[in-house]
Amino acid sequence: MFLINCPYCGERDQQEFKAGGEAHIDRPKQPTELSDDEWAEYLFMRKNIKGVQFERWNHAHGCRKWFNMVRDTSNDEIKAIYKMGEKPPAQ
Amino acid sequence: MRNKYSVFSLIKNALSYHENWQRAWRDPAPKKEYDAVIVGGGGHGLATAYYLAKKHNMNNIAVVEKGWIGGGNTGRNTTIIRSNYLWDASAGLYDHALKIWEGLSQELNYNVMFSQRGVMNLAHNLQDVRDLKRRTHANRLNGIDAVYLSTEEVKKFCPIINTSPDIRYPVLGGTLQRRAGTARHDAVAWGYARAADAMGVDIIQNCEVKGIKRNGDSVEGIETTKGFIKTKKVGVVAAGHSSVIANMAGLRLPLESKPLQALVSEPVKPIIDTVVMSNAVHAYVSQSDKGELVIGAGTDDYVSYTQKGSHQIVEGTLNAILELYPIFSRMRMLRQWGGIVDICPDASPILSKTSIKGLYFNCGWGTGGFKATPGSGDLFAHTIANDEPHKLNAAFNLNRFVSGDLVDEHGAAAVAH
Repeated sequence: MFLINCPYCGERDQQEFKAGGEAHIDRPKQPTELSDDEWAEYLFMRKNIKGVQFERWNHAHGCRKWFNMVRDTSNDEIKAIYKMGEKPPAQ
Repeated sequence: MRNKYSVFSLIKNALSYHENWQRAWRDPAPKKEYDAVIVGGGGHGLATAYYLAKKHNMNNIAVVEKGWIGGGNTGRNTTIIRSNYLWDASAGLYDHALKIWEGLSQELNYNVMFSQRGVMNLAHNLQDVRDLKRRTHANRLNGIDAVYLSTEEVKKFCPIINTSPDIRYPVLGGTLQRRAGTARHDAVAWGYARAADAMGVDIIQNCEVKGIKRNGDSVEGIETTKGFIKTKKVGVVAAGHSSVIANMAGLRLPLESKPLQALVSEPVKPIIDTVVMSNAVHAYVSQSDKGELVIGAGTDDYVSYTQKGSHQIVEGTLNAILELYPIFSRMRMLRQWGGIVDICPDASPILSKTSIKGLYFNCGWGTGGFKATPGSGDLFAHTIANDEPHKLNAAFNLNRFVSGDLVDEHGAAAVAH
């Protein structure tokens, strides 16, 4: 439980938000060309990092917009928040 | 040689004021090399070591544990044991475990306080009713005891449940597995540790794994806080931290680690003599032998390793508990805690070889691994010793995420594990 500074609405309680998992997993450009292994990587395999992780979040009970977050999963400390399409900050 | 625990040993030690009990297990320094090393000294890891020694004659093995044994999710779960899973593969896996539970105290000469008090799952809407009936039929076809109960039968089996049709999520029926129940979680870790240690297994606590050394595609050993340990076989049973170990070996797993919470109340006189679970409202409750109500809450939906969850998760669970059991309205909660659970996309575990020779993973048990402890240890030991899965865990391989042959228990089983 923590506060999240939505880039559109400002600081709100975490329970207004929905976690969307690991960020920057690119959708395959040529889905028909993908092998089963590559599909498994894209669909299922996750870094699941203990430490600084890049994630997607959605302000589900607010503006309903998606954005990115850099968060330390070992203590839930939020390092940075940036909009979709923006370049991730250097780690 | 371990002295046998019995009523006679209890009397004998009582006469000397319980000051001369033998140590239950040794505290050895790691050897330079082992035939196999198990990473993680929880119930599953210790059970794996026990069955490796007992059934596969691998006695030169070690269990390394970052903290103390049984201090992770083994000591944090709500101790529910059942096997009424929908799919054949899951039913086979969990019922294998349940059958071992039935004789475990005798086998280990350690009272794990296995109590077959029954587990009841409630239905709160028509879809629940259909799903639970289907699961009851599937269980019976797999030889697992299951009965479907009407609302009146639910009330008769557990009279304190509010079965009024006027509540927000009325009780429309339920299922009952009578062979299911609970066990004392700490005793499971201690019993397996003692029995494994007696067969020569080194249990090394306060020993954190820092790296996995590979030679090409094979394992050569592990780097730990107590030095390098050479071994050709590493079985990782690290629950919420499985991905951390996998990353050391350059592997990725289909896991997300999330906090799962539980809480216990102040102790009261016996009031609920079974386990009642409800998926729709996410509330489950049983009573420990000390008299505490043991209540399981849900997971947060974000990845976190903090071993603490959000307050609203507990609040939601308690709302549901109070509606179902108005008699608990003035109970006070004594403790609340979180554990980190590793969840697979299909809510089924992984007991598998990997692309690296000699590296095995037993993970992905998510919110419901405790019930499987003996079976998981037995089958994982088989997998490590033979470098091949047993037929009961063949479906739970890592390759199912490539082939698409998932064991989709999300929503199919009583998912509030």
